[in-house]
Amino acid sequence: MVSFLKTVIKAIPVGLSVTFKNIFRKPTTLEYPEVKPDLSPQYRGLHYLARYDNGEERCVCCGLCAAACPADCIYMEPYENERGERKARIYIINEIRCIFCGYCEEACPEEAIFLGKEFEFSKYEIPDFIYSKEMLLGNFDRIEMERRKKLGMEFIRKTRFDFRMPTPSIGDSESSIEK
Amino acid sequence: MDILSLSLIVAKVVVIFAGLMLMVAYMTLFERRIVAFIQGRKGPNRVGPQGLLQPLADALKLLSKEDVTPAGANKIIFNLAPVITFVPALLTIAVVPVADNLILFGREISMVISDINIGILFILAIASLGVYGIILGGWSSNSKYPLLGSLRSSAQMVSYEVALGLALVGLLMVSGSFSLSEIVHQQSSILEWNIIKQPLGFVLFAICALAESNRIPFDLPEAEAELVGGYNTEFSGIKFAMFFMAEYANIIASSAVITTLYFGGWQGPILPPIVWFLIKVVFFLFGFVWVRATLPRFRYDQLMRFGWLVLLPLALLNILITGIVLVL
Repeated sequence: MVSFLKTVIKAIPVGLSVTFKNIFRKPTTLEYPEVKPDLSPQYRGLHYLARYDNGEERCVCCGLCAAACPADCIYMEPYENERGERKARIYIINEIRCIFCGYCEEACPEEAIFLGKEFEFSKYEIPDFIYSKEMLLGNFDRIEMERRKKLGMEFIRKTRFDFRMPTPSIGDSESSIEK
Repeated sequence: MDILSLSLIVAKVVVIFAGLMLMVAYMTLFERRIVAFIQGRKGPNRVGPQGLLQPLADALKLLSKEDVTPAGANKIIFNLAPVITFVPALLTIAVVPVADNLILFGREISMVISDINIGILFILAIASLGVYGIILGGWSSNSKYPLLGSLRSSAQMVSYEVALGLALVGLLMVSGSFSLSEIVHQQSSILEWNIIKQPLGFVLFAICALAESNRIPFDLPEAEAELVGGYNTEFSGIKFAMFFMAEYANIIASSAVITTLYFGGWQGPILPPIVWFLIKVVFFLFGFVWVRATLPRFRYDQLMRFGWLVLLPLALLNILITGIVLVL
């Protein structure tokens, strides 16, 4: 009974003071739809297929990403374009199977596939999650558009005559998109 | 009794119970917000400004829920149990004076529904009735977890009632009255509050009040971690809501009784008495929430040992000390 009373007299007020201090702490809650989370620079979200500065796709359909993919969610078929270059005729990523490990990004020798920062791509139908090449290139275009907007209209007007988008490399594109 | 005084009583009943029900509704929000703040969350703040309409939304949701009766349940008792729990929880407030006597149109109106001279006995008696609802609710569900919860509840409430009653004996010896109005009138200044005369009694009473309202750390009847939901597992919709409203009404009634008995009730300077009363009650409501956010649940044997081997001897000791001091 003595030890019990010791607990009651000593430990409980200490515990109460701890909880009381926490009332005035700033809540860690993010009110999500209004407040977006701060994503880590290494965040791996929805894929995109990058383009060269002239708008041509970088992917040469070598199949290394598909080989590296542990979830086996990438499928591709190659073709030769009019200049005799090997490109992807079909390039599909099943975003439901994808585990967002980023191995495809690492395997890619052409720096063509990246995992972006987009995480809000939920849909109602499962087939909608199968992303075709056009959709993945579209993701890149959207990200680029946003980046251009952020770079500012003034900058775009100044550099209009030899405007070239900087080549997206891993560090560069990720960090500038985030800003 | 003329029509006027009858209508006055009806008005008092309506106003006080409406106020109590409003407090019960907003107590849910208050608790959720405070616990959320303590846990580093924001709590419900979507429905209305700062979530002020949340109780309304909750009520609508619970009212529109399907009302499930388990197979093999005793339907009459199953339907009756929430009511049996709820009504005593509300009744306690009837003897608590919420403000000073009011002189209105040349007649004195006491701000208490029923100013009976055995108010404390009434509170003890009504508080004991609440356990019936819980036991019957658990038993009539025809389900093992509710039954276990209600059995625990009955053992717990009976055990702590002993200490609760004995904790009050010290207070009664000091004040020499069973009437709550009388006790409030005795505590006209802060130095005459019964907390000064009965500090140990107050602590014991507060602990027992916690136990009687089945709150953390004495929430063994519910014990959601081990008993699913305790005695209210099988209840849904408005019946479940009534159990919960009963719990909150019990908390508010306990706070009101603690305020009245130990903290001078509505007595206080400058502000009107009803405001003082509400300030003190809200302070104790916060205390209930604060304790809930801090302490873990007792184990069953700890609970029983604490009730019988700690609280009961301390209550008796309190009576002894009070007696000695009074005689000297």
